[in-house]
Amino acid sequence: MSRLKYGWWLPVLAVFVVFPLVEKNPTYTTIGVFALIFMGCATSWNMFSGYSGYINLGAAVFYGTGAYTMALLSNHLHVPGSGDQFWLVPVGGLVAMIVAVPFGLIALRVRRHTFVVITIAIFFVVQLSAINFSFTGGTSGLSLPLIPWLETNFNTPFYYIALGIVIFATLLSFAVRRSRFGLQLLAIRDDEDRASGLGVKVFAVKLTGFTLSAFAIGMCGALYAVFIGQIYPQFVFDPLFDISIALMAIFGGLGTLVGPLLGALVLESMQQYLTLQFSSSSLYLVIFGALFLVIVLFMPQGVVVYVRDLWTRHSLASDDDSTPMDPALSGSTSA
Amino acid sequence: MTTLLKVQGVCKAFGGLQALSSCSLNVEKGTIAGLIGPNGSGKTTLFNVITGYVKPDGGSVAFADQDITGAHSNKVFALGIGRTFQITRIFARLSVLENMLVATQRDESWLRGLTRSKSSKSEVAAAMEWLDFVGIARLAALSAGSLSFGQRKLLELAYILVADPDVILLDEPAGGVNLTLINEIAEKIRVLNKSGKTFLIVEHNMEFVMNLCDNVTVMHQGADLVTGTPAEVRSNPLVLDAYLGGSDVDDAEEAS
Repeated sequence: MSRLKYGWWLPVLAVFVVFPLVEKNPTYTTIGVFALIFMGCATSWNMFSGYSGYINLGAAVFYGTGAYTMALLSNHLHVPGSGDQFWLVPVGGLVAMIVAVPFGLIALRVRRHTFVVITIAIFFVVQLSAINFSFTGGTSGLSLPLIPWLETNFNTPFYYIALGIVIFATLLSFAVRRSRFGLQLLAIRDDEDRASGLGVKVFAVKLTGFTLSAFAIGMCGALYAVFIGQIYPQFVFDPLFDISIALMAIFGGLGTLVGPLLGALVLESMQQYLTLQFSSSSLYLVIFGALFLVIVLFMPQGVVVYVRDLWTRHSLASDDDSTPMDPALSGSTSA
Repeated sequence: MTTLLKVQGVCKAFGGLQALSSCSLNVEKGTIAGLIGPNGSGKTTLFNVITGYVKPDGGSVAFADQDITGAHSNKVFALGIGRTFQITRIFARLSVLENMLVATQRDESWLRGLTRSKSSKSEVAAAMEWLDFVGIARLAALSAGSLSFGQRKLLELAYILVADPDVILLDEPAGGVNLTLINEIAEKIRVLNKSGKTFLIVEHNMEFVMNLCDNVTVMHQGADLVTGTPAEVRSNPLVLDAYLGGSDVDDAEEAS
């Protein structure tokens, strides 16, 4: 059972590991790097927002913080444009976590729609600050040390580091789901007041989850900064980033482990590919719209949940031993 | 006999509505106390004040000689006061067993939750034992959202019990439940009471309250009106006035 459930991870991972060895065209490995960066972000975002139901539309704050941390540190510490910069990637994640604490302290006081609006508001405050402060370079952004690598192999280290972040985020998300802490997040999603009445320290749990989810997103931002070489406030603090990772998680299945990975892989690869093919960068929005119409209409809980339900129904139908549940318990009325 | 739960002069207003005005209540250790009163008399608000969901404007709540006025709901639970809700509140998308596990940690530090797995063997065993006690153990793997209304009531009772609280506050345990299950619930409460649990029960079903409770407090317009044994309360003219607005005494006796 568990082998069947987890056994397919390994071949999938093998495909991801082998991809840059087989595919040498930088156009496609670039798509690979972006897809992985978004897979890491969506998984990490889902670890808090998917499990707890607190839809955070300000996650770009973590991403941008990671990117600016990388840019500022590599410039001020005079890190040469080489692999050395990668050591600063986890630092980007840590700084994002530090930023997440006051962010969470404010936003997590409110729930549901109000929480969503507050996260958007905080996001714009941070974006405006990045545009207006002098140490961020304002609208002209910051340049990172140039990396003098050959074009043919340039993407490979980025690809594997991004893959490492994705694996880390997925394992963390998995561990959280298996832990008591994850159960508490899920309980908060279903009924926060009831959870509190059963001894769950709801605010501490929410803040911890929120802060934890910032780490991998911050690392992705830091890696992105090195990859791109020049960052601008409107691109690292990008409202489209906020919406994209939420949509990716919802596309695949909010609160599931595989959903955000699948959603990010499909949507980000598609977006990058379509932008390259049809240069008019807005065509992908039309296709996205149509795709989401299909998801919302036919698989409102996401692709992964839809497929899993199909599979469960299929295996129940073929399983003759399945004992029928007693329809009613003695003395209980219908729901 | 020692007083386990002591509510003194609690006041609470919601805007212009005085939900509680100087309400006092004592629950003795090892008893089943009843709380009755017309709709809107403040019973549930009093529950909310005791369990930390609503902060009172004045007055005090003490549990086992410890002041818990305005304490947060998770702390109140950790100290040993469990409650159910009038409209049952369960975690609909978690399994029945997971619902039970949420409550097992009581006063565990929140950091500990990060480093340990969802449950230990002994916690699952305890959870299954209590599910078995209320009679829904075979539903443990189902998602709680698929339970019927009566089963949800039982689950809510079971996950309070798993944390082993000293006092259990039940908000209309017999509300919207058929007669067989009402008797079953009453029987469970008696068994638990014998094993040392103290109860405070809000209920509109008079037969249920009068048969089960050692003491009954009647609330009226946010204050405690009368406290006494079921027999005393039943014959008190003030109570009849509160409930029936001073109408015929014979009708009231028939109803009880």
